[in-house]
Formats: sequence, structure tokens, C-alpha cells
Amino acid sequence: MSFYQGLQADVVSFRGHNGEQGEAYYARPTRSGKFPGVVVIHHIPGWCEWTTEVVRKLAHHGYAAISPHLYFREGNPGEAPDDLGARIRAAGGVADAQIMGDVAGAMAYLRAQPNATGKIGVIGFCSGGRHTYLAACTLSGIDAVVDCWGGNVVVDDPKLLNAKRPVAPIDLTEKMTCPLLGIFGNDDANPTADQVNRTEAMLKKLGKNYEFHRYDGAGHAFFNTLRDAYRPEQAIDGWRKVFDFFDRQLAASASSIAAE
Amino acid sequence: MCSYIVEKAALVGSAKGRKGWMKIDTANVYFDHPYHSTLDHVLAIDFTNEGEGGRDRVAVELSADSARALVDRILAALASGEVAHATPAPAVPVAAE
Repeated sequence: MSFYQGLQADVVSFRGHNGEQGEAYYARPTRSGKFPGVVVIHHIPGWCEWTTEVVRKLAHHGYAAISPHLYFREGNPGEAPDDLGARIRAAGGVADAQIMGDVAGAMAYLRAQPNATGKIGVIGFCSGGRHTYLAACTLSGIDAVVDCWGGNVVVDDPKLLNAKRPVAPIDLTEKMTCPLLGIFGNDDANPTADQVNRTEAMLKKLGKNYEFHRYDGAGHAFFNTLRDAYRPEQAIDGWRKVFDFFDRQLAASASSIAAE
Repeated sequence: MCSYIVEKAALVGSAKGRKGWMKIDTANVYFDHPYHSTLDHVLAIDFTNEGEGGRDRVAVELSADSARALVDRILAALASGEVAHATPAPAVPVAAE
């Protein structure tokens, strides 16, 4: 078997919140076999090119991955995702409940594929990290989650809570039902190192299964190769932590299978 | 910031976008993570016509320093331009003695 595995990526249709039909970016290994699934939650600016790179990276490592376009309701297929993101922002954002419905729909899409093992992970970046934390506390059927620098898990300013985002995710921690991996940059302003510490204290107090990794010399979005914030050394180590975690929690070893 | 915080400015004017010129009535202004720029945060402005649904936009993503410089230059242009284009005061007729 070749060291490098083929993968197939495409834009697919999935049923999200309230059964509404939208677009998602989906990639899977092309070799035969069954694969655990991972839902990728994009950040506030939208369904961007880097998000599709993350989906393909997961497929390269032996996962079937899907990133639902969380703003699909704002436009027609083919409209630029950044324009839809701008409309969403002007309207005050998307309700947490709707995003949870879309994540659940993406999970159902993964489980419905003939090559699915049935194990499902969720990973999110920036606001998607916050949504990942929420998913771990409010959705059933998730086997593991990775929160990458999710901001506003701890809400210090009550004005940030509203009808669309009614609850601070940290206040739902007691309901968390799956293992959590957290990846953070110590120079990040949202979440700050103090907020990360407070989240960890809550997880520890409630006896949750978690592991946090903090990186010096890194701020927000330090995995993002399309940003000045990219920190290759920390990002390479962080991705290793992500795949070690997903391999342990979701599969016998999806990465090692891919590398056989 | 990872937030949906937006400052809205009512505008009277026009902008040229993908479909050509359009009237605009709103600028949505925010400081947050960009879509296109490589910077961590940008001052972004979406010029739209919310009266017509706000679906089309002309967008910019600027560094904080260059956005402040732009504000300064806008005010400078207005100050000098309004002087240069000021309508002369109407001549006051001299009363015949």
C-alpha cells in the first residue's frame, strides 16, 4: 500500500436544522474500508478555503469529514460564502440552536454513508470552537470533540448573551457527555489565558474527560496557514495532538491505517 | 473578536461592485477576523443597500492603522474640498444713496 492515500472531496447536499437542505464540503479516503467521521465547524467569517483544507487534511489522515455551510440559508448555491457571511453578520449572527441542528444534520450525513464506522468527532475553530463546546454539551451521539481556541465559552460581558446566543457554554459543562481536547494559544485575546484556565477549572471540578494544550508564541488561529497568525512549529504539534486524540477516541487508529 | 458586533452607519451615496454601480444606504463596520486578509483582525466595511435587501455589497478589509489613516484622510478631504467648492455667498446689493 502506498504511503500516501487517495481521497475524494466534493460539495454535497445535507439536511440541517429543521430538515432544511444545504451545502456541505465532504471528503473521505478512497481506499476500501470503514472510516470514523468528523464534523468541521467553520469560523464566523464563513465557509472559507482554509476550512476545506482542514476537511481534506482529516480525509488524508483516514477520516470521513464534512463541513456544513452554516450560512447556506442566506443565499443561493454558488453565491460567494463571504458575501453570505456578511449578510449573517449584518443580521446579528446565527442562533446557536440552528447551528446545533446543522451539526446534528452533518453527523447524520456521516453516519448514513456506507463506509462509516459510526464513530463521530467534532472539531471547530474560533467561533466554531465555541460551537464545538456547545455541541459536546447539547447533542447526543458525539464520541469526541476538539475545541480550537473557541472564544466566548466564558462570557464575562452579559451584553454578549442574547436571544440567538442565550447561554454561556461554560454554564452547560455539567451536560458534557464526551471527551474534549482543547488547543489554545497563550497570546490569544479571545479566549484569554485566564478564560482558558477558568474553563479548565470547571471541567476539572465536574470530573469531565478533557485535555488542554496551551502554546507559547501563538495567538488566535495559529493553525491557519492563510493568516499571519500561522505558527508552524506549534501548529504541527497541535495537529499531532488532534490526531492522537481522535485516533484514541474514534478508531482503532485511523491515521495508522492510512499510513500502512 | 469572534463576535457579531457591528456598527451601522446610514449613508447616502453609491458604490461600484460586481454588478456595476448601485445606490447604498448603509455601511456595516466591524473589527474582527477577516475573510480574505492575512491579518489577525481587520477593520471591515460592507457597503450595502439594506433598503433593497442588502444582498450585494462592496467590501474592504483594512489594517487598524490604515483604517485610522483613512478616517484622517477622509476628514482632510472633506475639509479642503468643502472650502474649495463652497458656494460663494450671494452678493449683497449696495443700497443706492
